Amino acid sequence: MILLLTRILNKVALALMVGLLAGCQGGVLDPKGQVGIEEKQLIIVATLLMLLVVIPVIFMTLYFAWKYREGRDEIYEPKWSHSTKIETIVWSVPIIIVIVLAVITWKSTHALDPYKPLEHEKEHINVQVISMNWKWLFVYPDLGIASVNELRFPANVPVAFHISSEGTMNSFFIPQLGSQIYSMAGMVTKLHLIANEPGTFDGISANYSGAGFTGMKFKAIATETEADFDAWVEGVKAESIDGAINNGILDQASYEALAEFDLDAHHIEPTPVQYYNSIKSSIFMDNVMKFMKDHGKVELLEGTVFDSKMIHDNSSHGQMNHGEMNHSDMSHGESEHSSHDMNHSESEHSSHDMHTEAEK
Amino acid sequence: MSALLGKLSWDALPYDPIVITTLCVVAIAACVIAFLVIKNNLLGVLWNDWLTSVDHKRLGVMYIVLAFVMLIRGFADAIMMRLQLALATNGDPGYLPPSHYDQIFTAHGVIMIIFMAMPFMIGLMNIVVPLQIGARDVAFPFLNNLSFWLAVSGAVLVNISLGLGEFAMTGWVAYPPLSGLEYSPGVGVDYYIWALQISGIGTTLTAVNFLVTVFKMRAPGMKLMDMPIFTWTCTWANILIAASFPILTAVLAMLTLDRYLDFHFFTNDGGGNSMMYINLFWAWGHPEVYILVLPAFGIFSEIVSTFTGKRLFGYKSMVWATASISILGFIVWLHHFFTMGSSANVNAFFGIMTMIIAVPTGVKLFNWLFTMYRGRLRVTVPVLWTLGFMVTFTIGGMTGVLLAVPGADYVLHNSLFLIAHFHNTIIGGAVFGYLAGFAFWFPKVMGFHLNVKLGKAAFWCWLVGFFLAFMPLYVLGFLGMTRRLNHTDNPDWNIWLYIAVVGAFVILAGIICQFLQLYVSFRDRKQNLDTTGDPWNGHTLEWATSSPPQFYNFAELPVVSDIDAFTDMKEKGTAYVRKESYAPIHMPKNTMAGIVIGGLITAFGFAMIWHIWWLAIVGLVGSIVTFVVRAYTKDVDYYVQPDEVARIENAHLDNVAKG
Repeated sequence: MILLLTRILNKVALALMVGLLAGCQGGVLDPKGQVGIEEKQLIIVATLLMLLVVIPVIFMTLYFAWKYREGRDEIYEPKWSHSTKIETIVWSVPIIIVIVLAVITWKSTHALDPYKPLEHEKEHINVQVISMNWKWLFVYPDLGIASVNELRFPANVPVAFHISSEGTMNSFFIPQLGSQIYSMAGMVTKLHLIANEPGTFDGISANYSGAGFTGMKFKAIATETEADFDAWVEGVKAESIDGAINNGILDQASYEALAEFDLDAHHIEPTPVQYYNSIKSSIFMDNVMKFMKDHGKVELLEGTVFDSKMIHDNSSHGQMNHGEMNHSDMSHGESEHSSHDMNHSESEHSSHDMHTEAEK
Repeated sequence: MSALLGKLSWDALPYDPIVITTLCVVAIAACVIAFLVIKNNLLGVLWNDWLTSVDHKRLGVMYIVLAFVMLIRGFADAIMMRLQLALATNGDPGYLPPSHYDQIFTAHGVIMIIFMAMPFMIGLMNIVVPLQIGARDVAFPFLNNLSFWLAVSGAVLVNISLGLGEFAMTGWVAYPPLSGLEYSPGVGVDYYIWALQISGIGTTLTAVNFLVTVFKMRAPGMKLMDMPIFTWTCTWANILIAASFPILTAVLAMLTLDRYLDFHFFTNDGGGNSMMYINLFWAWGHPEVYILVLPAFGIFSEIVSTFTGKRLFGYKSMVWATASISILGFIVWLHHFFTMGSSANVNAFFGIMTMIIAVPTGVKLFNWLFTMYRGRLRVTVPVLWTLGFMVTFTIGGMTGVLLAVPGADYVLHNSLFLIAHFHNTIIGGAVFGYLAGFAFWFPKVMGFHLNVKLGKAAFWCWLVGFFLAFMPLYVLGFLGMTRRLNHTDNPDWNIWLYIAVVGAFVILAGIICQFLQLYVSFRDRKQNLDTTGDPWNGHTLEWATSSPPQFYNFAELPVVSDIDAFTDMKEKGTAYVRKESYAPIHMPKNTMAGIVIGGLITAFGFAMIWHIWWLAIVGLVGSIVTFVVRAYTKDVDYYVQPDEVARIENAHLDNVAKG
């Protein structure tokens, strides 16, 4: 029954969508990616379902207020205050609707889990995202380049984002493509998106992070073909793209230079688009892990997923620049990774592979 | 940094012309009020009858005065924000730089929730609950006075931040690491911390006080399931306060340690984790919204049953619905951050828990509807607010459930859709409720009626203004506009931002009508006296007293045998009975300890904010000493003699007889 209802609602929804929402351009009701499209449908289905109660309640409020107002000689029963029949109905109608909604919620939350890789014939592209005050840094670990405030990827190819922050918490959000996820320092969150058609979409931070927050915007550009994208990558590497600032290599020094900001500035200009033609391959994880330096040591539990992964990462890159292996670094990562990754072991592979590929 | 003045220096003074103008206006207004008080020789009255009073009704009135004062401040912030966003379109920077604008939206949130809605709610609760349960005062009258002055203390600190230093630029939730020392080195967050901390402790004390009152001081015969529904909703709100405000106290204390003593609870480094703050904050923050809205539900229940001249439909359902909302309210906090990366199972759990709250809330709506059914509805101002609420809140509830679906929240989170949703429930639910309660109980408290025309005008302005101001925000949320933007650059958004600012001005007209109504009603009070004490043909015990109620509330404690106790008494003919003789009445004496402690704690908070350590010690030790001294004072009560009671009671009954 629930399925049937959902189906009917879906059909009504589709019909309404075309008519009602044609005017809404550029927002979450004008999605250009699979995730966003599903979320839009979910919003419409859930709304219609709730309107089944909301409209009668509003109508009854106005009708009862009018019908039983003073001076109209309607039936008056001052002591009537209980009716098992009515009470049963008023409890069960909302319960039924909430049960239907709960089923939809359970299914859609799992289907739309931002951590879940999108099923697609093409391999996903890895992008590491770092929010800074007040700009976005995008690192392409497999391609060895990075960009600031411009995110480029081919349309119809899934993109896997690993997201972290240099300082304050932000939310990585491209409204027309779908879900957003917080970026938090010392932690990695994940998001999977795809653009179903080429285009330039607004990307924002959806979590206030201080004075320059408003200017913390980027363009997400889905190129028409993968060849277009490859050409861009080559252009960045060769520093041959006109009008862009080319910064050379993204290593710890240039990373820190980029991360600088002025807390006391009265006017904060948005950061212009910048490219890095090469990267230190571990730059993302280095800056995720750096928050745990020199604050005591914690023995790492053996046999955890994180344990083997990190040791592997370290040995293959030799990147940890803290001299001896400081296990407190791990424990931090572990505390957040294990909570997230227990349920996401399948996507863990991708981040794992990412590092080894970068090495090649 | 000097030992004498801490971080305080000339730099703390404002340079912004808007702020300086505001301060001048406030200073002039303060001078005018002070002049009027002194000229009319009201200083003694003010001190003896109000500031040092432990009478729950007078404290309630003072809470509501505080709420109105802070409403002006919070609404000024709101209008400035809307104006900024209407002017700062197409890339124009507008008239407010980020440093100022960011303080404004933070202050707006803090003030409206903590210093407008909470005092309004607690004020109504103070006035009504003891009367409804047939008690002579609350369980701990001095504590009640102290709670009030702690709330004032917090409000004073927020207002000082306007003139000295700055307020937080973090948003009202003050998430670390943004609110940590690294990203907010100024005094703004410290103002936030101490204002919330001090008033929060006052709120906790209020809850304890009222819980004891309700559990121990009900009139003879009144079982828990005979309590009027407003008292029930307040009781659940108080249970929520007692359970959740300590979380706020703790989380603010931890943030304080982070900022003052280099702890690392919520910092990025040193093992800190801001996710803990966010969880704890909302473990308080979500129950908080039910603390605000449950008493409003109670008010609507009282109004619907009074003005339909009917018993409330489904009293038991109402009580249990309130109970389940309160309990469920504690296990939904994660829906404030579905986008933090929890697993699908966790998000789905919290989403579904949130939706379940829609069930008891829906039941309440249906029960109000069926109270109207076969009633005789008198369409008065309180009823208008109630009907406006039922229509508005239903929409807000629907958008709330939508946000509770994680898949939808992933794109709507932190957008203006969210802003529209919670204003829809807080204004359409809580504020409409308080204003309904204000109109409903005003004649009881002040002894004269409010002007009806201006009351209706205020309602219509608020209602129309609300829809104009907030429906566009739903659209803007769908269009991808996130909250707390300082300026915009998207031509598709402009029209909606313009409509919203028009709505804000219509609400302003509503607020002006409200204040005009107070002025006109006060001016014409002699023609509109409520001599009976029962202007609406009420059901519950507060209407059994005179208007305003005798300071001892009830000459003799009423004996209760029905939910609608006063209706029952009127039907049985036991109301308005002249007694031969009265027993002496035991009453608490006024005390200045509350205002003294409030003042010292304000000094302490101010000193902590500016790192003036000597003053902090003086303030804290001074307030503790004052409290201890007061605790050892024996001279705290007195008896009202029977002849005085008889005189007051007979005067009231003569008035009633005259009609």
